[in-house]
Amino acid sequence: MFKITTEVITGAEVREAVEGPDAGAVVLFFGTVRNNTDGRQVKHLEYESYPPMAEKKMAEIAQEVSEKWGLDRVAMIHRVGKLEIGEVSVAVAVASPHRKDAFEACKYAMDRLKQIVPIWKREVWADGEAEWVKPDAVFFDAPDMRKTPQ
Amino acid sequence: MNVTVKYFAVCHEMLDRSEEEMDLPDGATVRTILQRLEEEWPEIAEFYEVMQMAVNWEYATENTELTEGDEVALIPPVTGGCDV
Repeated sequence: MFKITTEVITGAEVREAVEGPDAGAVVLFFGTVRNNTDGRQVKHLEYESYPPMAEKKMAEIAQEVSEKWGLDRVAMIHRVGKLEIGEVSVAVAVASPHRKDAFEACKYAMDRLKQIVPIWKREVWADGEAEWVKPDAVFFDAPDMRKTPQ
Repeated sequence: MNVTVKYFAVCHEMLDRSEEEMDLPDGATVRTILQRLEEEWPEIAEFYEVMQMAVNWEYATENTELTEGDEVALIPPVTGGCDV
């Protein structure tokens, strides 16, 4: 399952997508909406996405996990729209025969999601201002558009 | 040829539209689209360091050639999920 949704994420959807009789471990990661950024109060967040490309990139991340760990059970879901403090914005689930691979692959999948999946976050501050979040470090390994294709 | 160009997040905000059709000459590349946008929004050049382009849901470069019906997107720095 690789999905952009406007619905509440419970975690059950990704867990059920990866479970199977040969799994000895399921690692489930939730990203949740925090009430502050560097001490500044956040009222709520708004997420926007480019759904067809986002879901395609999520599937590519699962393919990378398959190549690195030999695991075929990866599921990712990201919510868009207005999210309140404490709500789940993203869930990633990875199942494997043993827990070590599932932990590593889940972290990898989440890190990659933040690098290549087209989703954007807008912080609406308690004081009424709002701005699109700029990443501290831009670490794309997607090709720089000014360069010639490899 | 006609292509669809989509704008997200800060690009959507700055251009005040989420997508449009562009009629481009044969042989046009992603760069052709950026040149058109620069006329309207010169500051877009400041984003080039961090912005990506996509053609038909795949990351592209400014030299990527376009064909009729392509879907092009301006991809500002992505910030999904939560902070690490």
